[in-house]
Amino acid sequence: MLHKSPHPDLHEPPLVQIRGLAAGYHGNRVIDDVSLDIMRNDFAALLGPSGSGKTTVLRAIVGAADVYAGDVLFRGESVRKSRPRIGYVPQLEAIDWNFPVTVEQVVLMGATRNAPLFPWFRRKDRLKAGKILERLGLDGLANRQIRELSGGQQQRVFLGRALVSEPDILLLDEPTAGVDMKTRDDVLHLLDELNHQGIAILMTTHEINAVAAHLPRVICMNGRILADGTPRDVLTPDVLKATYGAEMPVTEYRGMTLVAETPHRFGAAARNGGSSGNGNAGTGHGHGDNGHVHEEVVAEVPACD
Amino acid sequence: MTEPFEFEFFVRGLIAATMVGGLAGMMGVYIVLRRMSYIGHGLSHAIFGGAVVSFIMSINFYVGASIWGFLSAVLIQWTSRRRSISSDAAIGIITTASFALGIALISRTQTFTRSFDAALFGNILGVTGSDLVAITVVTGAVLIAVIVGYKYLLFATFDTEVAASYGVPVRWVDTAFALVLAGTVVVSMQVLGVTMIAAALIVPPIVARQFTGSFTRMMVLSPLIGASAGAIGIYLSWFINVSSGASVVLVASGFFVVSIAYTSARGRLLTARGRAGSA
Ligand SMILES: Nc1ncnc2c1ncn2[C@@H]1O[C@H](COP(=O)(O)OP(=O)(O)O)[C@@H](O)[C@H]1O
Ligand SMILES: [Mg+2]
Repeated sequence: MLHKSPHPDLHEPPLVQIRGLAAGYHGNRVIDDVSLDIMRNDFAALLGPSGSGKTTVLRAIVGAADVYAGDVLFRGESVRKSRPRIGYVPQLEAIDWNFPVTVEQVVLMGATRNAPLFPWFRRKDRLKAGKILERLGLDGLANRQIRELSGGQQQRVFLGRALVSEPDILLLDEPTAGVDMKTRDDVLHLLDELNHQGIAILMTTHEINAVAAHLPRVICMNGRILADGTPRDVLTPDVLKATYGAEMPVTEYRGMTLVAETPHRFGAAARNGGSSGNGNAGTGHGHGDNGHVHEEVVAEVPACD
Repeated sequence: MTEPFEFEFFVRGLIAATMVGGLAGMMGVYIVLRRMSYIGHGLSHAIFGGAVVSFIMSINFYVGASIWGFLSAVLIQWTSRRRSISSDAAIGIITTASFALGIALISRTQTFTRSFDAALFGNILGVTGSDLVAITVVTGAVLIAVIVGYKYLLFATFDTEVAASYGVPVRWVDTAFALVLAGTVVVSMQVLGVTMIAAALIVPPIVARQFTGSFTRMMVLSPLIGASAGAIGIYLSWFINVSSGASVVLVASGFFVVSIAYTSARGRLLTARGRAGSA
C-alpha cells in the first residue's frame, strides 16, 4: 500500500477550481454541473463508466473541449485566459502511433514554453528531457519511434512530456489501461512519488480496487459528479450503482475496501436471471461507447454527495 | 535524348516542374501526417475559381488566386477542426462551388488567355519567366518557413490539441500553414493543373514514409521524391506527348508502386529471417 498523501493545508486555496462546468463537443453537453476543487497535493481518481465524461473533464481543464457553462480556474484565474502549467497525459488510444515521431521529440513538446521563440530543440531542454527519460527508465530509447515501445513505456513517454513542462498538476487519462498488473503498480508508485514531490494528480481509471487500496481521494461521475471523498466514503453499493448502473457489492478486508467488479455471471445461464443490461461496465475492459447509460442513471438516482 | 534541352521553354518547364514537385512533396508531409489529404484536392479546385475571377477582374493572377486560396484554406481548416460529420460535406460544397464558379465564368468569357486545359491538367509550354520567379519565391519562402517552424510544425501536426495546452501556438501555425499551402497550390497550377495537384502533394510523402520512420528524414526524402517525379515526368512528357500534370503524377505513382514492392519484399525477408532464427 502506498503512503497516504501529506495532509492538505486547509487554509490554502485550491489549485484548480471547477465551477458549475458544462462541456462537450459540437454543442453536445457531455458533462453538466461539474464542480470540483483540486488541492495542491491532491492525488485523486476519477471513476465512471465509458462515455461518462471523464476524458471530457480533463480535456475541459486543458481547453480541449467546448465549454458551455461554468469555468475552470487555475490558481484563481480562468484557464481560458492564462495557459497554466498543466501536464496532460492523454489516453494511449488517442495517440497516432504511426506518426514518425521519436520519443525525444514527444518529450520535448513539453518544453515548448521554455523557449517559445526558439525554432529548434535547445541543448538545455534536450539534457533535461534526457534526465527525465532516465528517471522514467527510458534511457537509450530517445531516438526510437514511439510505436516501437511497449505499452508501459509508451505511457511513460507521454508522462515524460508532461513532466518536462514542470507542471503543478498532472492530468492522466487512464494511465493504468492496457498494461499488466506489475506495470500498473509501477505507474501508481511513480505517480505517488511525484505527488509527494508536490505535484497534484488527477487521473481517470477503471481500476476501482487499485484506487481503493492506494489513493486518498475518489470521485465518481456519470455526466455529473455523483460522489467525492475517501474511498471508504465513496465506494458504497449505492454510489457504485449510480455510477455504473450495476449492482457491485462492497466488502471490507483487513481495513481495505474491496469492490466486486463483476457480480453477475456471463454466458447463457446468466441470461435468464441477469440483473443488469450494462454487463461489463466497470470491469476495466469496457471500452465500448456506453454513452447512453448516463442519462438513465442520472435521471433515476439523485446526486449522493 | 538531349534534344528537348535545346528549347528554352522546355528547360523553363523542367525547372518549374522540379521545384513545384519538391515544394508539393515538402508540404505534403504535413498534409499526409495530419490526415488532411482532402485539403489539396479542395484547395486546388477552390483556387481555380479565384484564378478565373482575378483574370476577369484584371487582378494579377498570383495576387488574386493567393488571397482567394488563403481564405479557402483557412475556411477548410476551420470547418474540419470542428470534426463533425457534416464538415466533409461543407468542404466539398465550398470548394466545388468555387470551381463551378470558375467554369461558369470561363464559359461566358471568350478571351481566356491562360488555356483551360492547362489550368486543369498542367502545361509546361505556358511557363513564363515570371512564373519561374513566382515559383522560386514561394519555394524559398516555404523552405524558410519549414526550417524556422520545424519544431512547431512537428508538434502541431503530431498532437494538435495537446500541443496547444503545452504552449504551441497551434492557431498561428495553422494560419501560416494555410498561407503557405495556398501559395504552393497557386504556383503549382500552371505546371501540374488543378486536377493533379492533390496527387503531387500526397504521393511523395506516402512513398517517403515507406522508407523511413523519422520525421526529419521524411522532410528530406519527400521533396526529393517530388522533385524527381517532377523532372522525370516533364522529361517523359516530351517524348510520349501527354499533359505535364498527368505525366508527373504517373511517375510519382510509379514510385509508389516501387516503394510498396520494396516494403512488402523487405517484410517478407524479415519474416523469413525471423523464422530461420527461431528454428
Ligand atoms: N472529440 C469528440 N468529439 C465528439 N464527441 C466526443 C469526442 N470525445 C468524446 N465524445 C463523446 O463524449 C462522450 C463522453 O466521452 P468521454 O469524455 O471520452 O468519456 P469517458 O472518458 O468517461 O469514456 C462520449 O459519448 C463520446 O461519444
Ligand atoms: Mg476516456
